[in-house]
Amino acid sequence: MIEPRILEVRTKILKKNDELARAMRAEFQRLGVLVVNLVSSPGTGKTALLQETLRRMVEAGWPAAAVVGDLETDNDARRLAQSGATVRQIMTHGMCHLEADMVQRHIADWDLGSLEYLFIENVGNLVCPSSWDLGESVRVALLSVTEGEDKPLKYPNLFNTADVAVITKIDLAEACEFDRSAALDNLAAIRPGIRVIETSAKRGIGLDVWLDYLRQMRERMMN
Amino acid sequence: MHELSIAHSIVEIAKQQLTSPTERVRSIRLRIGALSCVHRDSLYFSFDLITADTPLAGAKLLIDELPIVVFCPNCEALRELPGIQSFTCPACGTRTADLRQGRELDVESIEVVDEGHSVNTPTSHMVTAEARARTSP
Repeated sequence: MIEPRILEVRTKILKKNDELARAMRAEFQRLGVLVVNLVSSPGTGKTALLQETLRRMVEAGWPAAAVVGDLETDNDARRLAQSGATVRQIMTHGMCHLEADMVQRHIADWDLGSLEYLFIENVGNLVCPSSWDLGESVRVALLSVTEGEDKPLKYPNLFNTADVAVITKIDLAEACEFDRSAALDNLAAIRPGIRVIETSAKRGIGLDVWLDYLRQMRERMMN
Repeated sequence: MHELSIAHSIVEIAKQQLTSPTERVRSIRLRIGALSCVHRDSLYFSFDLITADTPLAGAKLLIDELPIVVFCPNCEALRELPGIQSFTCPACGTRTADLRQGRELDVESIEVVDEGHSVNTPTSHMVTAEARARTSP
C-alpha cells in the first residue's frame, strides 16, 4: 500500500491574478497610464467623484478613461460617459469584485498609449476587492461622511491596502455630525501615514487637491 | 463571497499537482494571514461545493492562521499585533505601517494518495486468497 504523499507547493493562491496584474501594471507604466482603482462600499460616491474627475480632466485636456464594475446594469457607465471620456461597463453578474483578467478583457481594444489616466471603479464592496490586484498604481479607499468614522476599523483589510483615502460628501459633514478627527485617527490607526483627501463632488470641494495628487502620482510613476 | 473565487484558485493549483487519474487529494494546507479577508466557513462551503465528484472531493482544508507582524522602527524589532484594529507597536506604542506578515494567502502543501495503489493492492491479495480458498480441497 502506498502512503499518502505530501507535496510542498508553496504557491500564492491568487498567483495567476497577481502575475497578470503585475504584467498589466508594467505595461500601463511603460505607456504612461496611471491606473487608479477606486474601492468603497455602495453609495459612498465613487461614481459621483469619478464623474466630476473625468469631466474636469476632459476639460483640461488630460486623456482619461474609466472602466466601471457593477453586478448588473450599465447605468454607471452611461452616467460617466456624460463627461466625454471613454467609459466601459463591466457587468460581473453577481461577482462581488473585479479580477485582473476582467479588466484586461474589457480594455483589450483600447489604445492605451493615448491615455494618461485610467480609472477602475470597483464593485461597491469593502471586503472582497481588497485581495485582487488589478494592475493599478494607486488604490483609493473612499469613505463618505454619512457612513460613520469607524469604517476603517470595521474594514481594516481594505483600508490597510489603500495608498490614499478619499473622504467624500464632506459638505454633509455637519449635518451627519461627522467626527472628522476620529475618522482621521481611525485611518491612521489602520494605515499609518496614509494621505487623506477630503472632497465633495457635488460642491467641487477638494477636487483640485485630488487632481493634483493624481498628477503627482503620474509624474512619480513616470520617473 | 469572494471565497468562491479563492476556492477555484486552490482547486486549480491542487489539480496541477496530480499526475495520474487514480490520485486523490486528501488535504490541502493553507497559510492565511489575518489581513487577507477570508471567511473560513465560506471557504469550506465553496470548496466542498466545487470539488464534489472530482479527485478533490472530501479533501480537508487545513488552515494555518498567521497573525499580523510589523516592524517597529522605534524598537527596531518585529512585533506581532494582537489584532487587526491598530497598527501600533504593542511594546512601545509607535504607529507603524511596515507590514511584514498578515496578507498571506498561500497553498503550503497538498496531501495526495494514489488510490490505484491503495485500493488495488489489498484487493488483489483478497482475490488471491479467495481464489486459493475456492481451489483448495
